Amino acid sequence: MHEMAIALSVLDALEKEAGRFPNGRIEKVGLRVGELAGVDSGALRFCLEAAVRGTGWEPVIFEIEPSPRRHRCERCGRTFVVTDYKTNCPGCGDGGTVFAGGDELELAYLEVDQNEPCGAGTQSSERK
Amino acid sequence: MNRVGLERKVLSENDRLAGQLRAQMAENDVLCLNLISSPGAGKTTLLERTLDRLGADARVAVLTGDIQTDNDAARLKRYGFPVRQITTGGTCHLDARMIERGLADWRLADLDLLFIENVGNLVCPSSYDLGEAAKVVILSVTEGEDKPLKYPSIFFKSELMVINKTDLLPYVPFDLAAAERNARSVHPAMDILRVSCSTGGGLDDWLVWLRERRQRTLHTPVSAD
Repeated sequence: MHEMAIALSVLDALEKEAGRFPNGRIEKVGLRVGELAGVDSGALRFCLEAAVRGTGWEPVIFEIEPSPRRHRCERCGRTFVVTDYKTNCPGCGDGGTVFAGGDELELAYLEVDQNEPCGAGTQSSERK
Repeated sequence: MNRVGLERKVLSENDRLAGQLRAQMAENDVLCLNLISSPGAGKTTLLERTLDRLGADARVAVLTGDIQTDNDAARLKRYGFPVRQITTGGTCHLDARMIERGLADWRLADLDLLFIENVGNLVCPSSYDLGEAAKVVILSVTEGEDKPLKYPSIFFKSELMVINKTDLLPYVPFDLAAAERNARSVHPAMDILRVSCSTGGGLDDWLVWLRERRQRTLHTPVSAD
C-alpha cells in the first residue's frame, strides 16, 4: 500500500502547478491512473481524503480517471483497448502490436476559477 | 471555470532524480538492475549465488532494501563486495532519493554492476523508477503461476522474469508453461529464465544474461530527461 506516498506526491505536484495561477482558485483536480501504474484508485482516493484534511486543498474535488491499457497495430495503424491480455489487433488480427498507453500516473487537468482570486497561501498543503 | 490540461507526472520529482541516476550510471558504464519479487521468492539468495560466482575481481555492489533489519546486508557482505542496507522503516518500496542516499560515497567509476534489491512486494515498487537500466522480477514456483495476471504492472515493467526454486517443481502444483504463458501475455517481449538457487541449475544462463545485458548498456546512449 503505497497510495499514501502517491497522495502526498499528488499534493506536492499540485502545489507546484498552483503557482501558475496566482489569481485563481483550483476547484477540481483530474488525475489519470493507468491500469499498469500499480496504483489502486480506491486506495488513492481514500488517502487523498486523509492527506488534504486540514490543508488548503480540503475543498478541492479530485477526479480519478482510469486509463486502460492500449496497443497500436503496426500493420493497420489501429489503436485499441486491450482486454483480458489479448494484444492481437481486433481489426486485422495481426499479432505485431505495440504498447501505446495505460501506465500513466498523471495530474491530467485542473479546473481553475479565475474570478475568485485566492489570497497568497490559502491553497497549500500547509496545515491550518 | 477554466479547465487547464497538464499531463504532469505525479512522481515527476522521483522521475527527475531517477533520470539523473540513470545518466550517471550510463556515464560510468554501470549496469543497474532493480530486483523485485514477493517476500521469500529468493532475491537475496539469487544475489548470494551471483556474488559467489562472479569472482573476487568483479566490480559489483548491492543496495538492499528492507522495512526492518540489516539481515540481508549481513548475508551479502560475506562475499567481500560493497553492500549497503537501506532500511525504509515502514515504507513498502524504495524510491530514487533512497538510492541517491544509499550510493553516498561509492564511486560509480569503480563499478560495472549495481544490484538494487527492492523491498519484498510485487505492487508498490512497480510505481517507482530508481534509475535502473532494467527491472527484474523473480517468481518462485511455490507461488501461483497466475501471479503475472494478478500483478500485471510489475511483470509488464520488468525486462526479465527469473523463475526460481525450480528444484521444487516435483513437489508443488506449479504449471511452469502456464506461468511463462501468463507472463508473456502481459509482456510479450519478456525474457524468461528458470533457475534453482539451491542446486545451481540455470545460474549459468543468468550470468550470461547479465553479461549480455551489460554489453547492451554500453552501447545505448541515455539522456537525463
